Amino acid sequence: MNAIIVSTLLGVIMMFCSWGIKSQKTQHTIALVGLFVLIISNLAQLNGWFVIDFDTKGMLAFTRFGLFVNTLFFVITFIYIWLNGEEIAKFDNQAADFYALFFFILCGASILTSFDNLLMLFIGIEILSIPLYILTGADKKNLFSNEAALKYFLMGSFSTGILLLGITFIYGATGSFHLVEPILRPSDGLPKEQMILSAGLLLVFAAMNFKVSAAPFHFWTPDVYDGAPTVFTSFMATIVKAAGFIAFITIFNSQSKALGYTWELVLSFVIVSTLLVGNIVAVFQRSVKRMLAYSSIAQAGFMLFALYGKSIFATEGIVLYATVYSLATIGVFGVLIKMKENSFEAFNGLAKANPLLAFVTTIFLFSLAGIPLTGGFFAKYYMLNALYAAGAGLWLIIIAILFAAVSVFYYFKLVQAMYFASGEPTMHEVPKKYTYALLLIAILLLILGVFPSVVFNYLYF
Amino acid sequence: MLISFLLIPILTAIVLLFIKKDTLAAQTAIAASLVTLVLAVFASINQVEAFDMAWLPSLNSRFTLQADGLAKILILLTAISLPAILITSAKNQYKQKNIFLSLLLFTQAGLMGVFLAGDALLFYFFWELALIPVYFLCSIWGGEKRIAITFKFFIYTFLGSLFMLIGILFLNAHTAEHSFSIQAFIHANLTGEQKITAFALFFIAFAIKMPIFPLHTWQPDTYEQSPTAVTMVMSAVMVKMGLYGILRWLLPLFPVAFAAHTHVVVFLSVVGILYASFIAIRQDDIKRLIAYSSIAHIGLMNAAIFTNTGIAIQGALIQLFSHGINVLGLWIIADILEQQTGTRSMQQMGGLAKKQPTLAILLVGFALANIAMPLTNAFVGEFLMFNGLFILNPWIAAFAGISIVLAAIYTLNMVQKVAYGEISEKINNMPAPNKAAQAVLIILLIIVFVTGVYPQPLFTLTADTLQQLLAK
Repeated sequence: MNAIIVSTLLGVIMMFCSWGIKSQKTQHTIALVGLFVLIISNLAQLNGWFVIDFDTKGMLAFTRFGLFVNTLFFVITFIYIWLNGEEIAKFDNQAADFYALFFFILCGASILTSFDNLLMLFIGIEILSIPLYILTGADKKNLFSNEAALKYFLMGSFSTGILLLGITFIYGATGSFHLVEPILRPSDGLPKEQMILSAGLLLVFAAMNFKVSAAPFHFWTPDVYDGAPTVFTSFMATIVKAAGFIAFITIFNSQSKALGYTWELVLSFVIVSTLLVGNIVAVFQRSVKRMLAYSSIAQAGFMLFALYGKSIFATEGIVLYATVYSLATIGVFGVLIKMKENSFEAFNGLAKANPLLAFVTTIFLFSLAGIPLTGGFFAKYYMLNALYAAGAGLWLIIIAILFAAVSVFYYFKLVQAMYFASGEPTMHEVPKKYTYALLLIAILLLILGVFPSVVFNYLYF
Repeated sequence: MLISFLLIPILTAIVLLFIKKDTLAAQTAIAASLVTLVLAVFASINQVEAFDMAWLPSLNSRFTLQADGLAKILILLTAISLPAILITSAKNQYKQKNIFLSLLLFTQAGLMGVFLAGDALLFYFFWELALIPVYFLCSIWGGEKRIAITFKFFIYTFLGSLFMLIGILFLNAHTAEHSFSIQAFIHANLTGEQKITAFALFFIAFAIKMPIFPLHTWQPDTYEQSPTAVTMVMSAVMVKMGLYGILRWLLPLFPVAFAAHTHVVVFLSVVGILYASFIAIRQDDIKRLIAYSSIAHIGLMNAAIFTNTGIAIQGALIQLFSHGINVLGLWIIADILEQQTGTRSMQQMGGLAKKQPTLAILLVGFALANIAMPLTNAFVGEFLMFNGLFILNPWIAAFAGISIVLAAIYTLNMVQKVAYGEISEKINNMPAPNKAAQAVLIILLIIVFVTGVYPQPLFTLTADTLQQLLAK
């Protein structure tokens, strides 16, 4: 509750900041302070202190899990804004507007971690998406950015339409928007309602797949990620995607029973095709940015494992995966921003020119590839464990593993460029402070690679 | 105590990153590796307590290090190899030498972790960690075609170990308390069919690492392209990871599935042994020759282990150590020749005995060990292993036995080309190898003959492991 209210207020405050305060630095500081307040207010709710406390009539349900995930999102956003302040300021003299949009996105994300009603899901997704359309088009004079924004907007609206249709079907079958009750089960013996409910759930499933860019609903991803300014792609691919996943899991943890056996079939299909498309296409990319777009599809494939069934590994796993993946992706994009071009060749010889930067990039890439000693390894391990604990066949795990090996191929292409290719990296000047900030993220990933439980210990007490 | 086998190399490796002076860096690395050696000798003589610490409470994985005979003998081998490698290559020029040495020590830490881990997840963790520094070592300091070849090697072994990861996950799900300890894995509640699946998952990882025919294609290229110091680590110690995995995990965990696959695996190994030996005969490049000879020897050890007879396993346990020492000696000589003459082609060598008699004598010594002549350490191990193969099936023993003849052909051929004949131009211009390298070689050769004449300490060291394995 606190997070939703405070983030909205902060968004509005940020908007008005651009009137009075001209200094980009001050705006940046205000945004960071705002985020800090947001984190505190959210933690306050974890300890039972509310800004305003009222009965939401079952629209929202604040669980420990949801609040904890909120905190993680806010902390990661804090790191993101702290790192990218200068970059955001480059687009406009009114960076405060962008910060305001970030706060609105966080408001949407906090609704998605706490909704208990399909209408709130819809509202949350819209609040999350609309600022994103704007951010995608932030580079006003760049045609690609414009195109990406328009494409994203059109496709996004379309998928929202599908989501609404699905919700309507569910309402028609059950007479409720409520998530947990009532669910129809195949054994209830209501064939017509059962069919409508299944259709509704599958439509919601499709729409959610669109939001988290799982194949075969991923077509917008590469173009939008590529067209959007890199600094915003970084945000889009991390917090937003993670929030989408949390919502996805909340819906289907309770509702997947209604689909019976179909659920496993459909989900397995989506998982396999997402892994296939993401990984295989990423191998052939020439641009690092597009490679990362496809890799984010591939990573979504791994996160989908948490949907397969409810288990402790799924809950802990998705939290760990979202954290690790977000940190690593923010890091890689953080390096990419400093490159003049997006090609692999731009990274040639980075290890010689700037060993520390090459080292941190390697840690990020290792983490994305799931190599031990980085958080990515345990994230992947938890996901595989979740899949097995939920009763998936070994074949699905073996397919996942094979694609994990494929992913090494394209992540290492970048490592090879940095370390083994000769040449001068074509990059902007990287301030020392910036490199140290990236180093901090890398160290976080290494800590998570040895003691992953630090992230989710707080889930319980 | 056991934790220091990890801490010393890792801490030194970190310190090395900041030492820019080449000589100082080399000295630091050598000093650290000698300390580890002293500790390893101490550990192999005395009883050592296991190290145990909570690690991942929610997964129920513990940070457990323990050392039985099998672990000790490999720890000892690792601890001997590193100073030998560092001392002999101390004078070699590498760009950014401190980083090179640092990565070598990281590799050592990874290897130590693999041999000491008593927890499956920890084992996997170190298994991968040993690979990553090697990837960078080969790709940065290797030969011309290094990048593509090292990458092939990396993907190959990474894929293999991912299968092992599934196996670990699979077994873990079937243990009583979702534990990762070896004991829990041994008592995992699996049906016969599930055991065969798990066996296959583990076996792929080990088979690629050793490697067993037909999964060996990464090896000769990688050995040839890597800087020789790294090749030494890989062929003296790293390939033992596969054999170690079989002895530590596969055999105790799935005795029935293991026995069921005896014939297939032994057959593949024997094919591999003969195949590698025949190719070795055709080689002119001295590094490739040693690489193929090493494949043949590892194949023999694998075949011996899979016979599942006490005598052959005893032979393999000893050979794990002896092969490491022998191949290390050969590699060091090959490295000296390559560094001093600038070529690896044996046709361009010749007359070493006249020009550098000490080096030639050492070469002959290690060559004899390579063909397992009596009095050398390899004889003890190979004799026992052939004995075991003979018990399994005399025909298989006979076919594998051909490899002894073939080994004699290619090894003596090498000696003849390098040591005897006309003094070639390259050998003539060759400066004398440094004293330190020769001293290391002499010490290694002493180990070869001492353990060849009096192998009892090695038997004593591995007795407990053998007993445990046979009790199954």
